[in-house]
Amino acid sequence: MSTATAIVKPVMPERHFLNDNYGIRSWLLTKDHKRIAILYLFSITFFFLIGGVFASLIRLHLLTPNGELFEADTYNKLFTMHGVNMVFFFLIPSVPAVLGNFLVPIMVGTKDLAFPKINLLSWYLYMAGGTFSMAAMVSGGVDSGWTFYAPLSSGYLKTHVIMLAVGVIIAGFSSIFTGLNFIVTVHRMRAPGMTWGRLPLFVWSNYAASLIMILGTPVIAITLILLALERGFHIGIFDPKLGGDPVLFQHMFWFYSHPAVYIMILPGMGVISEIVPCFSRKRVFGYSFVAFSSVAIAVFGFVVWAHHMFVAGISVYSALVFSLLSYAVAIPSAVKVFNWTATMYKGSIEMSTPMLYAMAFIGLFTIGGLTGLFLAALGLDIHIHDTYFVIAHFHYVMVGGMVTAYLGGLHFWWPKITGRMYPEAPAKLAALITFIGFNLTFFPQFILGYMGMPRRYWAYPPEFQVLNVLSSAGASVLAVGFLLPLLYFAWSLKYGEVAGNNPWQATGLEWETSSPPPTHNFHEIPIVTKDPYAYGEDAEVTVVH
Amino acid sequence: MSTSQTTTTDHHPALAHQFDSMEQQQEASTFGMWVFLLTELMMFGGLFTAYLIYRLKYYPAFVAGSTSISVSWGFANTLVLIASSFTMAMTVWAAQNGKRKTQVWLLLATMVLGTAFLGVKAKEYYDKWDECHIPGHVIGKGFNAWGGCSATDKSLGNIAEEIRDPKAHGNPNVTEVSAEQTAKRTEIFFSFYFAMTGLHAFHMVIGLGLLAWLTLRARSGEFGPAYYTPIELGGLYWHFVDIVWIFLFPLLYLISRHQHGV
Ligand SMILES: [Cu+2]
Repeated sequence: MSTATAIVKPVMPERHFLNDNYGIRSWLLTKDHKRIAILYLFSITFFFLIGGVFASLIRLHLLTPNGELFEADTYNKLFTMHGVNMVFFFLIPSVPAVLGNFLVPIMVGTKDLAFPKINLLSWYLYMAGGTFSMAAMVSGGVDSGWTFYAPLSSGYLKTHVIMLAVGVIIAGFSSIFTGLNFIVTVHRMRAPGMTWGRLPLFVWSNYAASLIMILGTPVIAITLILLALERGFHIGIFDPKLGGDPVLFQHMFWFYSHPAVYIMILPGMGVISEIVPCFSRKRVFGYSFVAFSSVAIAVFGFVVWAHHMFVAGISVYSALVFSLLSYAVAIPSAVKVFNWTATMYKGSIEMSTPMLYAMAFIGLFTIGGLTGLFLAALGLDIHIHDTYFVIAHFHYVMVGGMVTAYLGGLHFWWPKITGRMYPEAPAKLAALITFIGFNLTFFPQFILGYMGMPRRYWAYPPEFQVLNVLSSAGASVLAVGFLLPLLYFAWSLKYGEVAGNNPWQATGLEWETSSPPPTHNFHEIPIVTKDPYAYGEDAEVTVVH
Repeated sequence: MSTSQTTTTDHHPALAHQFDSMEQQQEASTFGMWVFLLTELMMFGGLFTAYLIYRLKYYPAFVAGSTSISVSWGFANTLVLIASSFTMAMTVWAAQNGKRKTQVWLLLATMVLGTAFLGVKAKEYYDKWDECHIPGHVIGKGFNAWGGCSATDKSLGNIAEEIRDPKAHGNPNVTEVSAEQTAKRTEIFFSFYFAMTGLHAFHMVIGLGLLAWLTLRARSGEFGPAYYTPIELGGLYWHFVDIVWIFLFPLLYLISRHQHGV
């Protein structure tokens, strides 16, 4: 970074939230949103690694067509635990609970979230939910798939379905409380001058995701409670043998679980909306369109759930409506992609690590989103339903999109969180390895799915082996890409260059306070006078290349 | 700590550090409670929707099940809850007007009424046990219509005998279901009866815990005209739980009763 002001080397602030207090109690009983974000960072990384181990075992098993490594039952448990870990304990909390927790109060210019104790409670609930799911894993595993379909899960399986369901319900309340905190903070705690039109897009997208958290999560809670009642007390609710309706379970499950994918992706989109203008040195293109498209995605997201059930016996007419509405969600999503691209157009782009991740996101999310339209098409869905095409689509959105955004955001705000820079060269290398590994893992799965390989199968015909081996090879490359940041982030804590308040010359309130910020975020509550992406105005003059 | 504190003039001891003023704190807390109640609404909403779907699907069975439960106890409980909502609303008034003793007495009255509700509920649950109307075969003596119970109670079968599915009458597309089958399907009605009233009762128990905590704080004189937010939030929660019952009572006890004997 060769800036005109870089003659004076930045120094670490004397007091900040990390050294304000020491000892295990000061962490486990903290009410500081930034420390809670760090607690989440560690616990989420832990669950991500566990989920990653399951993924590696799945890919290892699929190297050969005849299912030689694991028993079929074990394989069922592997993909179940991979899905549950990644969806409920990594993807849903990742950006909101780590980056959102750290940044939302700072970005709106306040000292903390509205309810710091509830914020801490939400971390404990997350850990309690995680403990239940770990207990279910250790005591023999669960093989229902992460979708818990009844009556398989409620009447037939012999594994610890209830224990896992309880874990998911408890973790759900953790995300409800995070969402509640964000909504109240954004409504009631903004700094003077921080109007809705000046809210950073990251805050907008977390706000939209919070709406889904508070409205959708209670529905999955009651669904899983009913499932557990049916399983535990043999009362009839979903099991047709007892007069229940299994399709109703799917309706209720997807009423949450479809919008839940927007809980996962919206905050990631918010990250991209911050990175792209910063490294294009340009005001974001169409601010209000990007902001409102987040809310539109949240709203549309609630009325498309039955696209998961086209072959489950719903009527042709409702399938038609749900297909149409699913296409409608593509509009606000595309608005975002076009606006990011338009922001980059004629910008002075700097290929830093966060920007590499952001560009990867835009490409991979577009592929993931467009293949989603294939699946929303009534005719085509019958052919590719429950095949690896679905797996590839979902992972393009969730890993190519969400995890990429999470990593991009982590690099972007790492200097703010820790006060130190990560090393640029290994970080760029890791971004490249991740990108290559990701595509190698999941692109072959589109072809496999189109050729007819069903998901969740333990063995497959030998003609699918080449593509499966490619996919497994990609997975090991991807693993390297994910492990590298762990190493150099840890290294940077001690040896990283001191970052200073604003290493990226970025706009936004979080860059005006020190890095790491003081416990109450600002030495003085800021008064906001300009919009959040005032690049190319007064910000431009300080950059000399 | 060397970090600078807030510089507002308003220094009420209950003011949390992240808020600038008591007004902001109260607005944020009340807003938060409403958001939480929205969450609760969605949770009960999922359950109510499932209930309504099965009611449409197994209409005669739901009429039979509904007819078999005691309206008078349900009605008595409705009155008890409405009364408790009144005492709760009065508590907020007492706190706003700085009447410490009245607050405590009203809170205690609310708790007594809440406990009375749960007592009646327990009595009704016991009756279900006695009549072999506990669904499933894990708790209780087994559901009688499935032959799991040795009790001589045949009420469901008798009621079902009298009910004819109005849609089935002369409609070749709807098969007439035997009285025995209808009686068996009432098990789903009771599944929902217990799930819905059980979730509601669980909320009542949490509410009683909250009220006990508020009573202790009110006794120490924490609440007055300047600060009564916790009482107000407790009241919001309590009224919400009451309103859920106001919907549960007609759905479970009343709505199908006129069909009986048609
Ligand atoms: Cu979906």
